[in-house]
Amino acid sequence: MQIQPILAALRRHKAGTILIALQIALTLAIVCNALFIIHQRLVHISEPSGVDEANLFVIGNQWGEQYSTQEAAERIQQDVATLRQVPGVQDVTTANNYPIRGISDDNFITMTPEQRAPTSDAAFYMGDDNFVRTLGLKLIAGRDFRPEEVQNEGLRQTVVPSVAIISKAMADKLFPHGDALGKHFYAMTPNPITVIGIVDVLHRGDVGTWSAPYVGESMVVPTRPAEPYGLYYIVRAKPGQLAAAMREAPKALYAENRMRMIDPKDGLLSYAEIRRRAFESDRGMAILMSVICVVLLAITAAGIVGLTSFWVGQRRRQIGVRRALGATHRDILNYFMTENLLISLGGIVIGVLLTFGLNLWLVTHFDALKLLPLTYVLGGIALLLLLGQGAVFAPALRASRVPPVEATRPA
Amino acid sequence: MLGYYLDLAIRSLKRSPGLTVLMILIVGFGVAASMTSYSVFRAVSGDPIPWKSSRLFVPQIDIWGPKGRLDQTNNNEPPDAMDYTDAVALMKQHRAHYQSAMYRVSPSVVPPDPSMHPINVGGHAVYSEFFPMLDVPFKYGSAWNADSDTQRAAVVVISGKLNQKLFAGANSVGKTLNIDGKDYRVLGVLDNWNPKPVYYDVVNTGGFTTEQEDVFLPFTRAIDVGMPNDGNTNCSEIPKGSGFVGLQQSSCVWISYMAELDDKAAESSYKDYLDGYFQEQKAAGRFSWPVNNRLRDLPAWLESEHVAPSDTKVSLVVALGLLIVCLVNTAGLLLAKFLRRSSEIGVRRALGAPRLAIYAQFLIEAGTVGLTGGVLGLLLTWIGVLGVGWVLPKEIASLAHVDVSLLALTLVVAVVATMLAGLYPTFRASRVQPALQLKSN
Repeated sequence: MQIQPILAALRRHKAGTILIALQIALTLAIVCNALFIIHQRLVHISEPSGVDEANLFVIGNQWGEQYSTQEAAERIQQDVATLRQVPGVQDVTTANNYPIRGISDDNFITMTPEQRAPTSDAAFYMGDDNFVRTLGLKLIAGRDFRPEEVQNEGLRQTVVPSVAIISKAMADKLFPHGDALGKHFYAMTPNPITVIGIVDVLHRGDVGTWSAPYVGESMVVPTRPAEPYGLYYIVRAKPGQLAAAMREAPKALYAENRMRMIDPKDGLLSYAEIRRRAFESDRGMAILMSVICVVLLAITAAGIVGLTSFWVGQRRRQIGVRRALGATHRDILNYFMTENLLISLGGIVIGVLLTFGLNLWLVTHFDALKLLPLTYVLGGIALLLLLGQGAVFAPALRASRVPPVEATRPA
Repeated sequence: MLGYYLDLAIRSLKRSPGLTVLMILIVGFGVAASMTSYSVFRAVSGDPIPWKSSRLFVPQIDIWGPKGRLDQTNNNEPPDAMDYTDAVALMKQHRAHYQSAMYRVSPSVVPPDPSMHPINVGGHAVYSEFFPMLDVPFKYGSAWNADSDTQRAAVVVISGKLNQKLFAGANSVGKTLNIDGKDYRVLGVLDNWNPKPVYYDVVNTGGFTTEQEDVFLPFTRAIDVGMPNDGNTNCSEIPKGSGFVGLQQSSCVWISYMAELDDKAAESSYKDYLDGYFQEQKAAGRFSWPVNNRLRDLPAWLESEHVAPSDTKVSLVVALGLLIVCLVNTAGLLLAKFLRRSSEIGVRRALGAPRLAIYAQFLIEAGTVGLTGGVLGLLLTWIGVLGVGWVLPKEIASLAHVDVSLLALTLVVAVVATMLAGLYPTFRASRVQPALQLKSN
């Protein structure tokens, strides 16, 4: 295939050529960045919580009366006993928060009490001796809490824990040599906290981008939140009985003590719903970016078809002449395919610059985004080359069918 | 002349229906995508109280100093809320026209109807000046006065929605409401007032929230009865005391503060006052670092708190990119379309039509495409705005709405953008050499 005559012809269609190239460049820039945003969101959405999501649900219980710490603790014991009696319920634990709820309680972690810049900012869970078992966490080292270790904590009381179970991510951050068990750290506490157990995965309560440096770093202390507000009951249903247990649990609680509030909207949530809510905006963004990508690619393809069709119409006579001089169908087809390839390549050169420019702009303005990996750009280039070739095929085929007799007709 | 060109444009567009439909679709989709994103962006970054926002200020005092920065990367920003000591001191000294310290509460309300379960409500503990400062509209009754603040009166202002739920919408002023086990007298019922973002307390609400604001009660009263705060509490160290009282004695920040300052002079004297307050406290031994206060007006405050979710901005940028691609595309197609009619232009020019006439003719043709695309865009924007609930969180999606200004803007953007796209093709068309065209025919 001769490139020279194609370039010569393109020089006579500068405006159209530039417009198509520009369009390909812009499309490449937007599609690469959008695909990368989609990828980041999908990775985020699929982050493991570490808990047995299929069988868990959470009851947000708020008290309708003002209880002292002691009263609240007694009520909690009663509620837990009641929940255990509900058919389909396997286990119950109390907590101040739960993974991927959307909000974290978190404490700065330091290795010494004097240290100023914190080593980590870990999600802070209060759990009882059933916490690890109920949530289905995988204890990979050490032991679970003992019942006698669990203390009641009233409103803003500083019950200072002396032991904690921490996630592997946190153990690795604090003790990179893998010897976390039995070691100490400080969680804004005056006294050291000893690591007595390590669980494999325990997601933070929040899912925001601010905590990305501390992803998966969580600690559990043996504390029961006997605060006047209320607390969360995390309930594990027997396999396959989640719906029934969720139906019966609030009824049983209200029957036992009606001076409580379980919010109709947020008070009773299955883990599937919790996950859906936590990542709602990420899923939305992924859908939005996908729609924009599809529309963009369709528009670019349509534009290529439209302009190439015009060029074919404009050059019928020239095509006829070439055909009369012996060019085959394939020669004509190749001519238009190559022409498009050259324009696309030109567009891609500009597009790669635009892609990184847009990415850099997004990264500096929205710290949530990351720098684009090269694979995305290569993928985007391949996608646009294919799109261009696909779009040009129909008009090029029509061009190849122009009969040689066109040469004799006036333009 | 306009009518004639319009007629010409329609004839020409009808001659190549495929290309015309393609252009209209492209303009329609491009405009709709950007307008839908814009409607969301507008909803979350709009001014919640445009007639007053430049007179509302949020003071920040650097009570933690450089060592207590929560976020080490956050270049020397003081805490974005106040501790109890300073909030109450500022209220006492009362240097602004209006001001209020406030914190979010989430008490339980026992309905007067004994068959109903207790309900959990959201709200704020505020000072009496909160209501005139924010122009809060009342349906029944009014706010409490400054005396009630000092007397720690057991009074409450409730939302119209809560009034509907508890009192079936009747005038409940003077009735008694049981909040957290204590009786409060209803002084006022709000008219429909539900500003988004919750600009007076973005620290504790995040700005956009589906939570309702149902009760407002005196700050002093809430402190008195120990009604705990239900928002964020940030501490640079664990409080020494325990309970809600321990929190009040600590340097933890959990109180939002807003002040109304009516002119530049008031603003600068308030800034001086804040700095003076800091120096005073520093002299008393509370601080050992230089003064580093902030006094931002509401728009600047919302910006610094990143209230508008960054996703909406990214979407807007990407959608604008889409619109640009659509315009480049339309320019290409118009170029093809106009140049195909070189012989027609040649005839018109040969018969004496000046270049200006060619310009008018083709720009009107471009405008016609733009207008039709814009009408399609209106429809798609409307569908898009209805559909944002499907992709965006409820608290954001419910704010986006279609109104006359959005519709007008959609049409204007479509027409202007398409005519811009048509400029170069029109220029090319006007340069067609009549002689060349006539000869080749």
